[in-house]
Amino acid sequence: MTSTSTAPSFDVGSLRSQFPILGTTVHGRPLVYLDNAATTQKPVAVLESLDDYYRTQNANIHRGVHHLSEVATFEYEKARGKVKNFIGAADVREVVFTRGTTDGINLAAHSYGRKFLTEGDEVIISAMEHHSNIVPWQLVCDERGARLRVIPMNDGGELLMDEFAAMLSARTKLISVVHVSNSLGTVNPVNEIVALAHRNGTPVLLDGAQAVAHMPVNVQELDCDLYAFSGHKMFGPTGIGILYGKKELLERMQPYQGGGDMIRSVTFEKTTFNDLPYRFEAGTPPIAAAIGLGAAVDFIGRIGMSAVRRHEEDLLRYATERLSAVPGLRIIGTAREKAAVVSFVLDHAHPHDIGTILDREGIAVRTGHHCTQPVMQRFDIPATARASFSLYNTREDVDALVKGLAKVREIFA
Amino acid sequence: MSELNELYQQLILEHNKSPRNFRVLDRCTHDADGYNPLCGDHYHVWVNVENGVIMDIGFQGNGCAISKSSASMMTAAVKGKSVAEVKALFDTFHAVIMTKIGDEVPDATIEALGSLGALAGVREFPARIKCASLAWHTLVAALNGAGSSISTENNG
Ligand SMILES: Cc1ncc(COP(=O)(O)O)c(C=O)c1O
Repeated sequence: MTSTSTAPSFDVGSLRSQFPILGTTVHGRPLVYLDNAATTQKPVAVLESLDDYYRTQNANIHRGVHHLSEVATFEYEKARGKVKNFIGAADVREVVFTRGTTDGINLAAHSYGRKFLTEGDEVIISAMEHHSNIVPWQLVCDERGARLRVIPMNDGGELLMDEFAAMLSARTKLISVVHVSNSLGTVNPVNEIVALAHRNGTPVLLDGAQAVAHMPVNVQELDCDLYAFSGHKMFGPTGIGILYGKKELLERMQPYQGGGDMIRSVTFEKTTFNDLPYRFEAGTPPIAAAIGLGAAVDFIGRIGMSAVRRHEEDLLRYATERLSAVPGLRIIGTAREKAAVVSFVLDHAHPHDIGTILDREGIAVRTGHHCTQPVMQRFDIPATARASFSLYNTREDVDALVKGLAKVREIFA
Repeated sequence: MSELNELYQQLILEHNKSPRNFRVLDRCTHDADGYNPLCGDHYHVWVNVENGVIMDIGFQGNGCAISKSSASMMTAAVKGKSVAEVKALFDTFHAVIMTKIGDEVPDATIEALGSLGALAGVREFPARIKCASLAWHTLVAALNGAGSSISTENNG
């Protein structure tokens, strides 16, 4: 009996049973995991694919002629194909394996930024970026004498699109914005951003870390030029991520790291680089993690992203309603278009204390600045507590959170 | 709830609500900035030392209840003590909050801490130990004049 089903095919109970960790206890309480924006839990299918790989397929890829190397290479490339279909890319060569979102953005900053930015050029980011979409651009802009500009936002956490449009000029060389904000939950109008940017002749990178596991994402429909995300936030292992890039753009970008696999031939005089996507994959990659990510994509595919989105929209509505009714609680991030991320502050109780008290109730939330210090400065708060939901969360999890907050209020009355 | 009650006991909540010496010193001989980049807790501590004795101390900033009450209780505890006494007190305090869960802390040690002993419960919450020690590290940095700013990420 659950009040959570939002679609006949969406059976949250059976989904939960596929995540062993959700059956564990913390401080003697059943785990209520509400820190999905930090990382998601892993289903059995992913765990088994990792185990299987190491038990029966382990070898290095693209190098050996022996059987296991062929199997490992085949599985690794199969995972790439799964990701290609998952994000609707036109070509597998547009799917670069990285270590994660941070690595993907750094790749772009290096391979695009260092090649194309010159003195006086501008890169535009937004006021709600994760540090991983700020610092790499600061570094490359400093180096190249370029300028970093920031799209401001309103008090609800929505980007001011007029201001963005006014910023665009011949100097604008790249837009890099977050698809879904990890600290505010805002779903940005990325179609509009891409359209405006392209009218200006400027490519767009989207940070999709918080989007891919929560809503359908199709890079061709978005028409973005680069799209970065992390495997571990979409039920896959840590240490693997994706940078999607349009082929024409990737081909113009310079290599990132140098090493094995990314080359075609090396002499001490001259090295020629490998084709896409290998040109950007130097060294032995996290093979098992890539295969595990493929298993995660299969897992999501069996559920369907539209069903996930509907379920999480219900959770967001319910959580917003219940949390808004908690006396002294203020939600930070009230955009019209939101993902199921609810950041909040509570009168008289610091987020850090909220986190500790909830933890003793078995409830995992994130507290702090969420690697978005400029967002905290914008709202003039030191930190927030954040509940972030995933497909396996339920209305009961929201109820547990609200009950836990009553305990916080009791202590900090 | 018992460990939570131990952590958030009345004395701590009270110091959090009305922190002592929560002010800038007009005159000071030493001061330092203390910052925990992981959670954003941020305090500034000013001290006025005369002939090796802490004559006055003040702090400002913000952070969680544990860090703020610890800062407040620290300022109350160190006033009038010599720098050497303060460093010894910090060593005792630090040893208590760092005591492994399950290991006994002798009653005499807790008693030696006076009201600071109220923070002993923090040792049950390893993620919060840095909160309790932030102001102390800041004070020690000020007294050592080692630099004007410390961070929990390079001061255990
Ligand atoms: C919006 C956003 N961008 C980037 C990142 C960085 O991801 P990762 O640490 O997996 O590289 C995160 C994760 O915290 C995020 O939420």
